Amino acid sequence: MHDNVIEIGQFLDRESEGEGSLITALENIQSRFHYLPPEALIMASEKLGVPLSQAYAVATFYQAFSLKPRGRHSVCVCMGTACHVRGSAHVLNRLETELGVKSGETTRDRFFSLNTVNCLGACALGPIILADNEYSGHMTPQKADMLIRRIQRNEERKL
Amino acid sequence: MIELTIDNKPIEIAEGRTLLEACRENGIHVPTLCYHPALKPYGACRLCVVELVFKDAEACLVPACTYPCKDGLAVRTNSKAVKKNRRLTLELLLASAYETPEIFTLAEELGVEEIRFKLHQADSCILCGLCVRACSEIVGKEAISITGRGMSKEVSPPFKVASSTCIGCGTCVLICPTGIINLEDVYSRRIEHVFSSDDEPILCKLCGESSAGPYAIQPPEPPLEILSEDTLKNSDELYRR
Amino acid sequence: MTRLDFPEDIFLLEEFQDEEFDSRYPCITICGGTGCRVNGSEGVAEAFRNELKEKGLQANVNFELKVTGCHGFCEQGPLVVIRPQRIMYTQVSVKDVPEIVGKTIIEGQIVDRLLYRNPQSNEKIEHEYEVPFYKFQHRVVLDLNGLIDPLEIDEYISAGGYEAVEKVLTEMTTSQVIDTLMESGLRGRGGAGFPTAVKWGLCQKQPGDKKYIICNADEGDPGAYMDRSIMEGNPHRVLEGMIIGAYAIGAQKGYVYIRNEYPLAVKHLRQAIEQAEEYGYLGKNILNSGFDLTVSIKLGSGAFVCGEETALIASIEGRIGEPRPRPPYPAESGLWGKPTNINNVKTWACVPIIINRGAEWFASVGTQSSKGTMIFSLVGNVCNTGLVEVPMGISLRELIFEIGGGIPNNKAFKAAQIGGPSGGCIPAEHLDVKIDYESLKSLGAIMGSGGLVIADEDVCMVDFARYFMAFTQQESCGKCVPCRVGTYAMLKTLEDICDGRGKPGDIEYLIELGEEIKKSSLCGLGQTAPNPILSTIQYFRDEYEAHIFKKTCPAKVCKGLITYSVDQEKCTGCMVCARNCAAEAINGEKNKPHIINPELCTRCGMCASVCKFEAILVT
Repeated sequence: MHDNVIEIGQFLDRESEGEGSLITALENIQSRFHYLPPEALIMASEKLGVPLSQAYAVATFYQAFSLKPRGRHSVCVCMGTACHVRGSAHVLNRLETELGVKSGETTRDRFFSLNTVNCLGACALGPIILADNEYSGHMTPQKADMLIRRIQRNEERKL
Repeated sequence: MIELTIDNKPIEIAEGRTLLEACRENGIHVPTLCYHPALKPYGACRLCVVELVFKDAEACLVPACTYPCKDGLAVRTNSKAVKKNRRLTLELLLASAYETPEIFTLAEELGVEEIRFKLHQADSCILCGLCVRACSEIVGKEAISITGRGMSKEVSPPFKVASSTCIGCGTCVLICPTGIINLEDVYSRRIEHVFSSDDEPILCKLCGESSAGPYAIQPPEPPLEILSEDTLKNSDELYRR
Repeated sequence: MTRLDFPEDIFLLEEFQDEEFDSRYPCITICGGTGCRVNGSEGVAEAFRNELKEKGLQANVNFELKVTGCHGFCEQGPLVVIRPQRIMYTQVSVKDVPEIVGKTIIEGQIVDRLLYRNPQSNEKIEHEYEVPFYKFQHRVVLDLNGLIDPLEIDEYISAGGYEAVEKVLTEMTTSQVIDTLMESGLRGRGGAGFPTAVKWGLCQKQPGDKKYIICNADEGDPGAYMDRSIMEGNPHRVLEGMIIGAYAIGAQKGYVYIRNEYPLAVKHLRQAIEQAEEYGYLGKNILNSGFDLTVSIKLGSGAFVCGEETALIASIEGRIGEPRPRPPYPAESGLWGKPTNINNVKTWACVPIIINRGAEWFASVGTQSSKGTMIFSLVGNVCNTGLVEVPMGISLRELIFEIGGGIPNNKAFKAAQIGGPSGGCIPAEHLDVKIDYESLKSLGAIMGSGGLVIADEDVCMVDFARYFMAFTQQESCGKCVPCRVGTYAMLKTLEDICDGRGKPGDIEYLIELGEEIKKSSLCGLGQTAPNPILSTIQYFRDEYEAHIFKKTCPAKVCKGLITYSVDQEKCTGCMVCARNCAAEAINGEKNKPHIINPELCTRCGMCASVCKFEAILVT
């Protein structure tokens, strides 16, 4: 925990140009820790001279930030219009049933975080799933199943 | 000086003023919820909409609290379009505030007849932001903020726990139009922190013993009398910004 | 076809391109846009490098290879175009590469099977410029997208890049720049279509020596990716436009506010800024003119509302993305209270083109009120999904059927949604509308940022409207009552209608709500959120009525109003569907027709997608 605090401090020191750097600092911290620990907001408030209430408001306003740790594997279903008319809702539905969580939630074992995202911009390949920075196109409920199983198998192999 | 007409009445007003200020100074009533003369206009409730009428363009609705007075504007504060829009805004507020007497009364005045959309949970917070803005602009503590987005917006101190920045001045309580923030909440939260606070506890100048007894905290300068209810209501002159 | 009205331009473009980039040896351009990358174009590029090396060929001696920005014809990706002949190979995979190298690069022969086949004529087409998708476009802003390596500033310069900056900084006054823009008739390409020169002029007139310019690259409309492709494929052009704009307005600091969901675009833009600084196009005393400009990148954090100017400004200031009341407009008081000019990516990209080719030329393309070209992302139920650039004034029919290749699977066209979640739909009866700002507005739609989604007969327009409202509602910042509660009320009503709980009076309620929300919402998000609903009610009221009064979904989409069942005659009893049903709603034994239990069925559609015998019925 102590190491994390030091690291967060370093991120913030880099951004203390003053005005408007709060969001950039939080983005970097989110990227590194996959969520915003409360310490991050408190330290950001102190180092960047921003009221804690503002830092907290920012952390809860933007979808990119999470105050709760996200799952090890993120599964994002693109809900862009093009994907929608090609059936992304079915894909999402399938994943929600299969993983037992609703979009925006993380599985109990913190393995998967299921999310929707608004248009990844690869519309010719819709419906698209972005799983851990890998894009998979032309998804169907069946393929979504296979994708989940593949991720689980890969984890098992690592152990 | 700027010249415009409001409800066909010619009005003269200094530069840099809003339509709402022009109305109030000339005795024209425009309902508001999120406006307060002691605070910067916020423009959230949309209740103060008035109609701008043009010779060669379509009429439009603008919020009086933020719209600046300009030469030659023709304003209608009570036209059919205005009334219809205000009625609908109130109806939407009632979706969650259906157990709040203040909103109900206002709705009745504006002719709302039925609430066609209701949320499951009644909530008297109308997200007018007065408490947050007062804490920021008058008290200068910024202990609370509006968190979340869209329908999950709520007023809260950071992490939803008692704020260590809050000084228990009670401004948010006084300024809240629906009374959902109550004094006990403020002080009970504050009490938790007194034991870890460096502040010297003293008796509250305004309310004496009735609120939190010996645990009231020194309010900030300027003195607390400015924050009394009566003064807030009549503070147009004092707090013009 | 509008394009034939400007024959000089066709040859001009092709000549220019061929001259600068071709003839000595083949140049292999591989599409590196996000879409093609997802489909493996990076692997294809790597395979090319390896194969060419193995065959003993040398780069810049026997061939040239580059990974470019998005070519536009996304449906057919990964795309490989071999110049100078511009032979276009589609859906290229790693295993096709040896054949292409052997036959085309070395022997100069065509690999027939990789050519694009025109579904209408059934012919194979060799050359990119003969493909209908490209032939009928008027690629001006996207002209260099398939041609240059976006990571090489030198290539942009060889193509005429930064010439406009040089001309402006050495020969033109700030007023002359704004006058030129005024003559061109350029209107903001972000959606509202406000005359760009007027906007610049307002900002330029403001007193004070600290001003800002911002490039709005927070492209949030679902289905739209034009801005992303420009940022990925030719970021220098956007920078060039910003430099010219900053000079005209008097700004010394610029920001590009770009979505964090566009990592490739961010990477290319970062590099472009670095290179421009190295070459002295950004920084202090640019080209010895005494004019300074630095440009920084700010990432979005997942809030569509930050595409709205004042919310964007709030975000850069480190606050929540809540719009502010206007007036005062950003031109007067914007970022940190200073005069600020914000324009969309496409708008900035048009600026160098106008300076180079002249305002008169730009104004000669398009219609009376809407000049120049417009870039659309043509997506949804259309054969040729991709990015298209067309002159303003082209008819929707031409766009969808000539360029877009029509609707796949012989389905009928139903509606085109223009303007994303702020726009409206255009039904078949208005297919001949000439696309420009005013004509679209008169039909209840808006130009928007260029997202163009095609819906076929199998799309339920009520569900379509519900989809857009769900999006807008989720993205509402929540500050003002009409948008926060009003869009929620509209969404819940639509959901009720889609789920079979619609009641008489719902349509009237939606119309009333929609109209009032439009009038009193604080910002553009709320002011346009009801458009998809109002527009679908206007043109497809019968579908709404079927949902409400007959409790049916004519397009068989709305889960609450349809039933999945097994066709007892077609079912072979293979049990694949039963095994895949997460709700365990399918009963059946091997080799006997199965039955779906409607009480347990969640209508997820899984059975239909796995059944090989088309034995699942939806009624």
